[in-house]
Formats: sequence, structure tokens, C-alpha cells
Amino acid sequence: MTRSSPVDANRLRQAKALAQALERDDHVEADRLLDELAEARDALLFQELGRLTRQLHEAMTGFSLDSRLAELAERDIPDAKERLNYVVTMTEQAANTTLNAIDEILPVTDKLSGEASELADQWTRFLQREMPFDEFKSMSQHLGDHFVTTRDGLGLIQGKLNEVLMAQGFQDITGQIIKRVILLVQDVELNMVELIRIAGKRAPLAVSTAGEEPHDFVPGPVVPGVDDRQGDTVASQDDVDDLLSSLGF
Amino acid sequence: MKILVVDDFSTMRRIIKNLLADLGFKNIQEADDGQTALPKLVGGDFDFLITDWNMPGMTGIDLLRAVRANPELAGLPVLMVTAEAKREQIIEAAQAGVNGYIIKPFTAQTLKEKIEKIFERIDG
Repeated sequence: MTRSSPVDANRLRQAKALAQALERDDHVEADRLLDELAEARDALLFQELGRLTRQLHEAMTGFSLDSRLAELAERDIPDAKERLNYVVTMTEQAANTTLNAIDEILPVTDKLSGEASELADQWTRFLQREMPFDEFKSMSQHLGDHFVTTRDGLGLIQGKLNEVLMAQGFQDITGQIIKRVILLVQDVELNMVELIRIAGKRAPLAVSTAGEEPHDFVPGPVVPGVDDRQGDTVASQDDVDDLLSSLGF
Repeated sequence: MKILVVDDFSTMRRIIKNLLADLGFKNIQEADDGQTALPKLVGGDFDFLITDWNMPGMTGIDLLRAVRANPELAGLPVLMVTAEAKREQIIEAAQAGVNGYIIKPFTAQTLKEKIEKIFERIDG
């Protein structure tokens, strides 16, 4: 602050007048001058308060203009929660399918390996000519049964392995969903940084581009309850087949 | 029969490859997007293309269009196996000349049926 500022010059003038009034015991004039000084102070305070209010208002308007923020809060974040819940469900299903298959395979392999080692022992004794004819007849019967059990057991195992194989398809779908949620988190991060920037430096709001869809945007996996709300998706392979046959396929 | 399987997720390529092997198809090659698939297809003497839609680089729909636009590849049967389930996308793929469309997650039976249907139509 310099001594030459008009406000200060005025104050100095008022202060001198106040001192003179007090020296000559003019209390009425002294009170009047004190009020005048206080008013000047209040005016400055209100002016500053007004400036701050206007800044706050401008910042708020800037935010509401950026509809991406509202969209993120109202739609995208709840959607992301639904998507991640779907990922949890899909991974759980895949794990259960795999564990169930193992539960069904293990008793079969146990049975087959038990039978095989028993028959292997008998077969060795037979080769060493240590086996009476009656036992040989019973071993032949067991061998025949074992071939049937093996054939059926391997059939079952093959089917279960196929189920395990198909269950791994979850990784593709959940991978796609999680990648989309990561993009959303990045978008939120960018918008938060922008928020801090505006609040800190009162800079004009930059145009947010993160929410815009990239050139090659494709909708991705349909998450039930999120992506099928518009009714523009198919719910099953049968729907796909119906749609294609309606197109002459 | 020589088949090219295109998907950016290696797990899905392995699944499809295993299923195809189960159906008796052993000569299978892989690519992870349209950009790597296209050079393999050109002069690759492939009989069948199975492709995902959503892939970085070049998407499956662009690959399909490129195949149909190439005189050497135009007649190649193309099966799309994808999580894309919007009606407009299925119509878009049909218009681009896809021979079959399977949505993920799918069953081994669905894959078998669609492949059989595609070759029935071609042979018939």
C-alpha cells in the first residue's frame, strides 16, 4: 500500500479532522468522523465479499455447464457398480462350474485307478503263472467290466472337461467389462483434477473430452440390468437367430 | 479345413480352438485382431474365419468388410463370435456379409450347430 492511494489520503484527512475535533472537545464532530471511518471500512469489506461471492457463483455455473460430471455421478458410477457386481457373479459361476466338474471327475478317476492297480497286480501274477484257473476266470470278468467302466468314465470326464473349458469364457467377458470400468475411473480422475484446478486457481473450465466415445466405439458385453434397459439388445442366441432369419438368413 | 480364429483374448482363442479340435478340425491358426489377421488371410488359403467384434487395432466388423472387399477372400465363410448384442450391430454384421453370428457366452453345441449350418448352406 502506498501513501498516495486516494483511499488512504481520504482516511488521513479524516483522521486529522478527528484529532482536531477531539482537541477542541467537539464530541459531536468526533463521533460523526468515527462513523464515517467505520463506514469506509465496511464498504471495503462488502466489496471484497461481493467479489468472492461472484467468483463462487461463476465456478458453480462452470460446473453445471460440464454435464459430464453430473452424468458420471448420476449414471456412470451406479452403472459401474452394477457392472462390477456382474463380474463377481460371472467369476463365481465359472469357479463353481469348474469346482463342480472336479467334484464329479475325482470319484471316477479314483475308481478307475483303484481298479487298474488291482487288475495290474492280478495280471502280473497271471504272467508269472501263479494264478489258478478259477481266479483267472474271475479276473477276465473284472477286466471286461473295467473296460466298460473306463469307457463310460472317460466319456464323463471328457464332458466335464468340456464344461471346464467353456467356463473359462468368463475371462473374456469380465475382462471387457473391467476395462470399461477402468476407463470410467480415469474419466472420474480427470474430472476431479479439473475440479481441484478450478477451485484452486479459478481458471476457466476446460472442455472435458474424456466422456466422448472413441471413433471405434463398440457397446461391448451386455450387463443385465444396465445395458439392456433400452430394449435394443438381444437376450439370447435364439433372439440372434430369430433376428437373422427375419433378415433372410 | 484350415481355420483362422481371431480374438484379442487368448483365453477365448484357446476355448474356440479346443472346441474346434473336438469337432475334428485340427488345422487352426490364431490372430489377435483384424490387423494381424488380414495378412494371414491373404494368400493363406484359409477355408473358414471365426472372429470377435470388439478388438483393438482393427475390429471384427472392419475385418469382415475388408474380407468381402478383397476379391481373393470375398467368398470366405465368416462366423462372428462376440459379446456385442445390440440389434443394430447384428443387422450391421448381416449387411456386411457375415455367415453366422454367435453371442458370448455361448455353448459348445451352439458353435457346432452354426458351423454345420454354414457349411450345409455352402455345400447345398
